[in-house]
Amino acid sequence: MRTVAIIAFKEIQEGLRNRWVLATTLLLAALALSLTFLGSAPTGNVGAGALDVVVVSLSSLTIFLLPLIALLISHDAVVGEMERGTMILLLSYPVGRGQVILGKFCGHVLILAFATILGYGAAAAALAITGASVLAASWYAFASMLGTSIMLGAVFVAIGYLISSLVRDRGTAAGLSVGIWLLMVLVFDMALLGILVIDQGQSISATVLEWLLFLNPTDLYRLANLTGFNVSQFSGMAGLSGSATTGITALLLGLLVWIVAPLGLATTFFARREL
Amino acid sequence: MTATVSVTGVDKSYRNVRALRDVSFALVPGRLSALVGHNGAGKTTLIKLMLGLIRSDRGEIRVMGQDPAAGEFSARQLLGYLPENVAFNAALTGRETLAFYARLKRIRPASAWALLDRVGLSDAADRRVGTYSKGMRQRLGLAQALLGQPRVLLLDEPTTGLDPALRQTFYEILSELRDGGATVLISSHALNELEDRAEHVLIMNRGRLVVQGTLAELRSLSQLPIRVSLDLAAGTDNAIAAPIGDKTISAAGRRTVLVADEKGKMDLLRAVANDPRVKDIEIAVPTLDDLYAHFLKTQERAA
Repeated sequence: MRTVAIIAFKEIQEGLRNRWVLATTLLLAALALSLTFLGSAPTGNVGAGALDVVVVSLSSLTIFLLPLIALLISHDAVVGEMERGTMILLLSYPVGRGQVILGKFCGHVLILAFATILGYGAAAAALAITGASVLAASWYAFASMLGTSIMLGAVFVAIGYLISSLVRDRGTAAGLSVGIWLLMVLVFDMALLGILVIDQGQSISATVLEWLLFLNPTDLYRLANLTGFNVSQFSGMAGLSGSATTGITALLLGLLVWIVAPLGLATTFFARREL
Repeated sequence: MTATVSVTGVDKSYRNVRALRDVSFALVPGRLSALVGHNGAGKTTLIKLMLGLIRSDRGEIRVMGQDPAAGEFSARQLLGYLPENVAFNAALTGRETLAFYARLKRIRPASAWALLDRVGLSDAADRRVGTYSKGMRQRLGLAQALLGQPRVLLLDEPTTGLDPALRQTFYEILSELRDGGATVLISSHALNELEDRAEHVLIMNRGRLVVQGTLAELRSLSQLPIRVSLDLAAGTDNAIAAPIGDKTISAAGRRTVLVADEKGKMDLLRAVANDPRVKDIEIAVPTLDDLYAHFLKTQERAA
């Protein structure tokens, strides 16, 4: 356990030194703040749901941005260290390969969590300072949005490691990462939509659709955040949320599986690897 | 003495290259062993096997009682390793890097600062590793390998990029550790450096262990002659032929005699030392370079 903490600490130290942490935090804060102030325009001053609007716009942003940032940090975690030659030295120390993966994972997720909480927190803080009245339920929605955003980041960090432990060079890892990102964030939903249109509800029932959504972690995230009671009226997903029977527990569990499974596979492949 | 590292009948192939064939040897504590061979002879592969970075196709490897390929790694706490091309993360400083490795070995980082001093990095310790020259990275590499008084040291080309002064210090540190009972293995091309330092030599060629033993053992095994050169006073070239025998090579004023063994050498010395016409005597025993070339040639011929 201590070894994992030591490796995680070094990962964070490097992240701070490379300005990764700074850049990510600033980027998220800037986008969150601009969305907060531009996004609150349509609701005007009556908007009791100012924070709800923020939750909707920020979670839509998160679906695109956080997976990309997570993959960017994680895709060369294994193969990059191998290419630079630092992995050989690390593995000559009393550390197991599983500990290397887990330590890096903890470090990278902590970096993402820090950036998300600080960046998005800035938006919430700005709202509170400008004196918008916010319901307790909206704060709850905001907090759960933060939590699930970090989970979504963790999913893609794990996927990045899986890619990294499979390929031979960094270029391939980067290419594959972009591919996975496109697939999960854009292609999957469009393809699903296309299939639904063609199918006309003949063989794909609502239950099947819900299961299909479990195949994509970004959809789980979307369901968890955009179908909440207050939020769904703004997100345009009220229809879906009305028919969705999947509880939040199932969604979180789904996200958890999406973290654990790639991480486990990455560890297995890395353990077998010769270098 | 029980072996700290033992390699028994190990084979290793990469796709269609047979990197190691039936290699067996043992390394014992308190001895400095030299692993010599061409590039691609299998030296680095052997070291990687000992570290568990790769797995052998056949045979058994034990490092301090553990099988490294089976994922057992606690023994590595007492192991120091310097890779052939040592690399560090460029963003951290030398001190931070060393602290990280010290923590992994469960050593207080503060106790590692003395090592920075020892390898002559104390001035640059708080600069980022990215700004280091090749020699400085090599020094940092040495420092991390020496963390925590290792019982087994595996050094892959350790002195490349080191300046002569540091090279001296490096061998001093090594002999201290060796005298303290550490097992040291150096893989190197710098045969002349290892000449009077290595107690045990392993010569590799094309994945095979050609020969191993102490330098004296290798000399007697090779039957390479000892060269005794006599500087003669002018005009005495032929007069002195009698005690020398016929295996001689002559040049102006200098005669070089090849003798088979120590006894032949002493006989010759006794005969010529009192001769006033002999102005100087030089003796050259086969060097590690000669032995290496000899054993390689014999093996190539046999193959």
